[in-house]
Amino acid sequence: MYRRMRRIRTFEDRAEEVHRNGEIPGTCHTSQGQEGEIVGACMALRLDDYMVGNHRSHGHPIGKGAKLDGLMAELLARKTGVCSGKGGSMHLADFSVGRLGETSIVGSGIPVAAGAALGAKMQGLDRVSLCFFGDGASNEGTFHEGINMAANWKLPVIFLCENNGYAVSTPIGTTAAVENIADRAAGYGIPGVVVDGQDVLAVYEVVSEAVRRARAGEGPTLVEAKTYRYLDHAANMGRDLGYRTDDEVAQWRATRDPIALFDKRITTDMGIKEADLRQIDDEVLKEVDAALDFARSSPFPDAREAFSDVYGDRLAAVA
Amino acid sequence: MATKTFLEAIRDAQYEEMARDPAVFVMGEDVESNMFGTFSGLMEEFGPDRVRNTPIAEAGMTGVAIGAAMVGMRPIVDYTMAPFLYPAFDQIISMAAKTRYLYGGQGGVPVVLRSNMIYGNGNSAQHSDRPYSMFMNMPGLNIIVPSSAYEMKGLLKTAIRNNDPVLSFEDVALWSSKSEIPEEEYLIPFGVADIKREGEDVTIFAIGAMVNLALAAAEELAKEGVSCEVIDPRTVAPLDRAAILKSARKTGRFVAVDCSFEACSAASEVCALVAEQAFWDLRGPVKRVTTMNTHIPFSPPMEKQLYPSVEKVIDAVRYTLA
Repeated sequence: MYRRMRRIRTFEDRAEEVHRNGEIPGTCHTSQGQEGEIVGACMALRLDDYMVGNHRSHGHPIGKGAKLDGLMAELLARKTGVCSGKGGSMHLADFSVGRLGETSIVGSGIPVAAGAALGAKMQGLDRVSLCFFGDGASNEGTFHEGINMAANWKLPVIFLCENNGYAVSTPIGTTAAVENIADRAAGYGIPGVVVDGQDVLAVYEVVSEAVRRARAGEGPTLVEAKTYRYLDHAANMGRDLGYRTDDEVAQWRATRDPIALFDKRITTDMGIKEADLRQIDDEVLKEVDAALDFARSSPFPDAREAFSDVYGDRLAAVA
Repeated sequence: MATKTFLEAIRDAQYEEMARDPAVFVMGEDVESNMFGTFSGLMEEFGPDRVRNTPIAEAGMTGVAIGAAMVGMRPIVDYTMAPFLYPAFDQIISMAAKTRYLYGGQGGVPVVLRSNMIYGNGNSAQHSDRPYSMFMNMPGLNIIVPSSAYEMKGLLKTAIRNNDPVLSFEDVALWSSKSEIPEEEYLIPFGVADIKREGEDVTIFAIGAMVNLALAAAEELAKEGVSCEVIDPRTVAPLDRAAILKSARKTGRFVAVDCSFEACSAASEVCALVAEQAFWDLRGPVKRVTTMNTHIPFSPPMEKQLYPSVEKVIDAVRYTLA
């Protein structure tokens, strides 16, 4: 758990840095501060469970155990990237760990997660499907339609709302009349649970129970993890949108950091040695740097690859 | 050979594919009640798991179908009427069309999205659209617009086996039309146009139910000694550009009949194609026959005049001959 959170943090710090120096094209949406809810949720899943995420995509595949090389190469727009240089920062999906993508239209993954769960159920598999989405997505129509269908059909889905407080710059309190997004679960006849997203163990426990329910055929759960992102909506936007104070960010970093909180807890309560954690930090740093080296030494895609993957192989017999 | 209607062809294609492949299932609003007869016997044979009623939630049911398709199922979604695709537009465009590409081919979305084009019946502006041209503007989609029961069955079976999203636009004017259907199984490939009538003087490109208008116009014009070739693309995506250009180069005159609104219609696309690539073989201007650019009104005297007709096709052919 510690290692996975550290992998996300170090990967994101490095991504932000190389985005600033121009090595990553386009926008770069990072998730520093949200590692607790990502890793707590992902570690409650099996490797073969389905996962769909959103534009703030980097942490999700790392949380579920993806290798870093292909992820970093994708950010640097290389041929060796997980999406062959076609997806980039907002779509950093490694199908070997998630299979449903990281989709950048807000709320669009919610019914897709329900559909994968329906597929698993119809195929007689005991896989579950987990959907990461933000507080902003909970105001989209797909939230209502997707959760209603999943609830009605008792599909094995975990709807994991990563409530980081802001839809880009708009505070969730100004766009929703309920105190908690999880309160909306009552409208669908399913459990809604609020959990501290900065407490990785608490998230793990809540999501594990949701996974148990899902596998047992008891239907979906709406989990709301209250969390916080340290950087702006997209890194290096170059403009202060003025929606929060530097002091607010500093407070979260100083007192509510999910990695620092977990670090303290396992070293004081569980007898984990400080030195062991620092060794993990070193190993992760080396791993991230190796991924960056791999990315930098990888070729860019050939221009003509813009035309591949529009369609798959057509049925041979009728092609 | 058995004689079947267009609606029976839809039913038979779904039935045969569901029997062949357990991954195939149908879902949509009111599929259980079998509103138009395209699901006859499916519930009895395959049960409610594979004949699945959904809430009225077009975006949601499309997303659910996409998710199921991404994990190995082959859903067929019924939207009842083509304008009901609009609430699902984001899922169709952002998810179904783009998933394979965005993730560098890591996954695909084998869904079939079926809708009826019910127009010309006093249903006014929100229920009468023929929107296939809108979807032609987006890579990643396959679009079938069958012109007969024979085409409907063969194209729909191919659609269900295709590994990418397919939109099926089914014209209400053809519902009761009949074709001879072979007893043995057949599939119609995508992107292969069919010459419905051979001719020398003018090519009439026509889509879906417009093929019948084109054939009627060709019959009339033949009496005057004008020989028309009628070409049916069968799928507008992929579009058989080679066959269209070949016919246009042969006759040197080109008319495109399409019940879409004129602006950015399929007719506009093929006329541009012919004007660009067959220009030096043309003996007259290209001409479109489309639905006039206004909303579809309720009152029949206002509505009926707007769509392509046999007379309009004949006038267009004469225009290219002038």
